Amino acid sequence: MGGAQYFTGTDYLLSLPIILLTLFALGILLIDLMIPRELKWVNAATAFVGVLFAAGGLVRIQLAQAELMLQGERVEWAFMHSMIMDHFAIYFSYLFLAGAAIAILMSVRYLEIEHEHHGEFYSLILFSVVGMMVMASGFDIVLIFIGLELMAISTYVLVGFLRSDKRSNEAALKYLLLGAFSSGIFAYGLSLFYGLTGSTNLVNIGIGVQRELTARHNHASPILVVALLTTCVGLFFKIAAIPFHQWLPDAYEGAPTSVTGFMSVAVKAAAWAMLLRILIWGLYPMRKVYLPLLIFVSIVTMTGANLAALTQNNLKRLLAYSSIAHVGYMLLGLVAFASVDYPDAAMTDGLKGILLYLLVYTFMNLGAFAVVTSLRQRDVIGDEIDDIAGLFSRAPTEAVLMLIFLLSLAGIPPLAGFYGKYFIFLSLMESGHYVLASLAVLYAVFGLYYYMRIANAMFMREATDKTRLPISVAMKFALGVSAVATVYIGIFPERFIKLVTWSAGL
Amino acid sequence: MPQNYIPIFIFIAVVGILIPITLLAAKLVRPDNPNRAKLSPYECGVDPIGASRGRYTVRYYIVAILFVVFDVETIFLFPWAVKFKALGMFGLIEMLIFLAILVVGYVWVWQKGALDWV
Repeated sequence: MGGAQYFTGTDYLLSLPIILLTLFALGILLIDLMIPRELKWVNAATAFVGVLFAAGGLVRIQLAQAELMLQGERVEWAFMHSMIMDHFAIYFSYLFLAGAAIAILMSVRYLEIEHEHHGEFYSLILFSVVGMMVMASGFDIVLIFIGLELMAISTYVLVGFLRSDKRSNEAALKYLLLGAFSSGIFAYGLSLFYGLTGSTNLVNIGIGVQRELTARHNHASPILVVALLTTCVGLFFKIAAIPFHQWLPDAYEGAPTSVTGFMSVAVKAAAWAMLLRILIWGLYPMRKVYLPLLIFVSIVTMTGANLAALTQNNLKRLLAYSSIAHVGYMLLGLVAFASVDYPDAAMTDGLKGILLYLLVYTFMNLGAFAVVTSLRQRDVIGDEIDDIAGLFSRAPTEAVLMLIFLLSLAGIPPLAGFYGKYFIFLSLMESGHYVLASLAVLYAVFGLYYYMRIANAMFMREATDKTRLPISVAMKFALGVSAVATVYIGIFPERFIKLVTWSAGL
Repeated sequence: MPQNYIPIFIFIAVVGILIPITLLAAKLVRPDNPNRAKLSPYECGVDPIGASRGRYTVRYYIVAILFVVFDVETIFLFPWAVKFKALGMFGLIEMLIFLAILVVGYVWVWQKGALDWV
């Protein structure tokens, strides 16, 4: 017996939320086999408890880290430097759990109406959250890629969950094909970085890239540029920036509405966590090389998405294009980050802006999708703009909440969405990108127009169906949490600004 | 280093030139005498029956997927078996956890009826 100690207790402690979620996901699969059709809500409850346990695991990690910090010991690295549970990873893990929890609450009644209430749904949501956490905490490109695939494969199945619905099947197939394609390009880029630097760890990749650049007087060699380009294309596919966005409107339209909400916040946040990890932590020395690429993609994304959203008549497609537009704004924060050198306020404000944006976006966008989800009735599909017409007379509270979410998405103060945009625009001004900043403000006005089209339909138009809209308790809870968070972050932003400053490790 | 790739480019060039030459030479040298039996697609010596785009039951896909899943499991078991002594108790427990996760999947597949051929 060698008696070799491969993993230590810290490794298991730092992966506690991931382990707990996996156990709950497996448990749901087994419990689902034993319970009758009427009791399927038990699976939702189990999944919700699983999310709470995972959050408890995160708290446990934080307590342990704080305790060891007093003894002057930093406990963040796990599994031989292939995983890091730093503030950034913990912050994103909480974000994923919040997104998953609200999506679970939204799903219960919706799946019953669709006659597709199966335990696998909740199991897949938890598995995809496991993948997301691995993406946010992975510091080794192989581990990050495995996390990405775990998340993506679970999401492909979730998108196609309405088996008898043609649109859902079509969406799943498109998403699968384009997702697999982009993962291939991404893996190719990562393999080139491994070939160039001889390591799969982001720290060593950063050092290797720096050495390569210094050797050539800060000029990137062609092979380095190819590696960067393919990696960035993969990343842009995952966050759905134009011109790599084509899968998104179709996938969002066809997917079950609660899954669309989940994808637009948690899956997107995970892709952002991965992008920031690779571009900021790993490829930091190359930031001057990818800066023009970021500027180009962010301008094209804002332009294309805002113009396309103007003409959409389907609520889910409209919100899909609006989510692409938000990606464009968030990329501007990265532009500000990449265009200055270390001790500059623009750098911290840019990163803070992205993190805060993702936080507020989680709540306001899930809230908007929760309202769209509740429009689905026994005989109404409820995702056209005509279906939301006259919502004020059918469900006044919901209509007012939807207005709050829409105004927040448009970035009107004093709602949460304003602070996301505020820090991004501020960082742009600080880094001297005045043209980009004014362009972004112009497109924010475009955004106001198409969000107000929905508001116009809700308040000014007559309802075709005058019956009151039934809303389940779980959905009320989901709506309440999203609305309170959207308003609260907007009115008392200081605490959340501190939170993102903490999470960025600044 | 770019110069390390030179042999690969030489290979590509050789392949690009050699194949057209051999095909062209064969075309010039061989006797050209097609008949019906020679031109028909090969299907174990008998005359081909039905269209080549035949449809078959979707169950084969489930069987194929299950095969891949449990086949990959064996790939992961193999290196552990080779290094069994060196990994010791740690390896055994890790492998049992891995197998436990797969058994959950197996039970699920079984109960869902994916293993019944009806």
